[in-house]
Amino acid sequence: MSETIKTHPELAEIFNKDEERVDWHDETLWWIRQKRDKSAHSIPEWEQLRETASQIKNNVLSDLANYLLAFEKNAKANGIIVHWAANAEEHNQQVHSILKVHGIQQMVKSKSMLTEECHLNEYLEKHGMDVIDSDLGERIVQLAKEPPSHIVLPCIHKKKEEIGDLFHIHLGSPAGTSDPQVLTETARQHLRETFLTRKAALTGVNFAIAATGEFVVCTNEGNADMGAHLADVHIASMGIEKIIPDRKHLGVFLRLLTRSATGQPITTYSSHFKKPRKGQEMHIIIVDNGRTIQMGREDFRASLKCIRCGACMNTCPVYRRSGGHSYHNAISGPIGAILAPNLDMKKYADLPFASTLCGSCSNVCPVKIDIHQQLYKWRQVIVKEGYADTSKKLGMQLMTFTLSSPTVYRTAGKAGRWVLKHIPFAVNNQFNPWYKHRDMPEAPAESFGEWYKKNVTDK
Amino acid sequence: MSKEKILAALRHNQPEISALPVNLAFERDESINLVEKFRVIAEGIGSKVYVVAGLEEVAALIAADFPEAKRVLSTVAEVVSSAIPAFELHEDPHTYADVDIAIFKPRLAVAENSALWITEDRMGVRALPFITQHIIMLVDKNTLVPDMHAAYEKIGDTDYGFSTFIAGPSKTADIEQSLVLGAHGPRSMTIFMH
Ligand code: SF4
Repeated sequence: MSETIKTHPELAEIFNKDEERVDWHDETLWWIRQKRDKSAHSIPEWEQLRETASQIKNNVLSDLANYLLAFEKNAKANGIIVHWAANAEEHNQQVHSILKVHGIQQMVKSKSMLTEECHLNEYLEKHGMDVIDSDLGERIVQLAKEPPSHIVLPCIHKKKEEIGDLFHIHLGSPAGTSDPQVLTETARQHLRETFLTRKAALTGVNFAIAATGEFVVCTNEGNADMGAHLADVHIASMGIEKIIPDRKHLGVFLRLLTRSATGQPITTYSSHFKKPRKGQEMHIIIVDNGRTIQMGREDFRASLKCIRCGACMNTCPVYRRSGGHSYHNAISGPIGAILAPNLDMKKYADLPFASTLCGSCSNVCPVKIDIHQQLYKWRQVIVKEGYADTSKKLGMQLMTFTLSSPTVYRTAGKAGRWVLKHIPFAVNNQFNPWYKHRDMPEAPAESFGEWYKKNVTDK
Repeated sequence: MSKEKILAALRHNQPEISALPVNLAFERDESINLVEKFRVIAEGIGSKVYVVAGLEEVAALIAADFPEAKRVLSTVAEVVSSAIPAFELHEDPHTYADVDIAIFKPRLAVAENSALWITEDRMGVRALPFITQHIIMLVDKNTLVPDMHAAYEKIGDTDYGFSTFIAGPSKTADIEQSLVLGAHGPRSMTIFMH
């Protein structure tokens, strides 16, 4: 690991210094996970929806080149200007040159994880452009000069008092304000002014429909629409994997997206942009940035099915107790830990190890990505390529050994429970970065296997 | 060029063709009362719902609910009166920045999530449903569909420049997950179901 980049355990350790905050973070995300469950359980056909979504995405990945060509052709026929960017740098240059052509120096931007991935804001600021993020959570982290810590809930790590302080310094609200209602109103006034004065707006893309050349943007706040409909120039940035074949497939994805994300039945706005309005210029930038490489990695290809709902983060015991920033990548949590090593295996070698492999992520994923299996496979690749540090290598070897034989697994489980009970510090030590600052769970008296055997034979 | 590079890389790396699911028919409980379902969901996400016998009841209810409103406009001819002027088109969407109440007639209403489908031709200008402080929707019961699949079946391949599903007032829970209505768009949504 390079010296300048802190690893996930190191960053998690910083986050874990404030135990009360960690508990609060953990509980808040779990509460969102429970809302997801309630919402999903109210739809009897939920599993069928997930399976259908998964199959649609499998089809898209298997024929993506043709779908992209169809999308481009139809979007152009609709009057949209289409650009292709091989990487982040090219995407950023394209945004910059569109703004330059129009002599625009200020832009308003709604949520787009792709532009976070490309570090667009930094790039534009370096070139003298002013970018304001309009999603409330994103605006808050922008004022705090931090990246978002969650793809759906960008400032989930922040307390309202801290937000009050930021607004006091930057937006002139009275000191000591922490009422969410008042703070939101302050942001509303400030950003309304921004929407009304910006000539260019950038939005993300949730879904791009190959058959019609239109794209769909989902928000609760209405910020993407406020930006796009008031600006002379609308730029939409999308990863190549955002394609879906037909409009009717939106029915499947829009039913799954927010129910998985927050438990809501749908976002407040699901806006379908098909043609620029009269006098407006509309651009789409189709970005690769490593996605075609991931497509070639058979074991990790399925990560491109992701619709960025955030459910895998909300449910992840490691994410909940280590915070999004500990992943030092634009996309955090389990899915981020699969996507990041594709971009830079050395820099992100630590991330696939930030998991207990409990599989909860794969269980909630609306497009059925085998997230925890991919994490396990990345570990093997990273160790084989020589990017893992020694303590992890040892752990991996042990784990492979343990999982390779049922007898060893049972014995190891027994030994593990005994160790937890009698000498907890044997697990809670510096060779096991995951157990720092964590009280070990109480060891169950018997494993499920033992319990089952006893109870079944007793009958 | 990047386009060719991306496409070539995809053609090389894409897996073998995997078929699209043909069947998008999902089980549906046909006994559900759509008006009731819609109302419960809409109220659950912060909308106010009036079930009215006819649109002539609308004006009085608006006057009672929004006594302070200054600039009111309607894109729906049936409810235009001296108190509710008709929408007039100005090319510059910024001229609608001071609208307090805007009234629309969506094309479809989805019972499962209370989303209302409204195409550009029914918005006046695209910015209006978002920039107005309060939004009022006149929903014909006959436009109700049970779910999103049924909605897209109805939408089919109709043409529009812009269209959107709107479900409730704009909102955010970004500050410690406390729900606040009125983020950047309307602070409230009132639905008259007739
Ligand atoms: S991997 Fe699945 S659960 Fe995680 S954000 Fe993507 S779609 Fe959601």
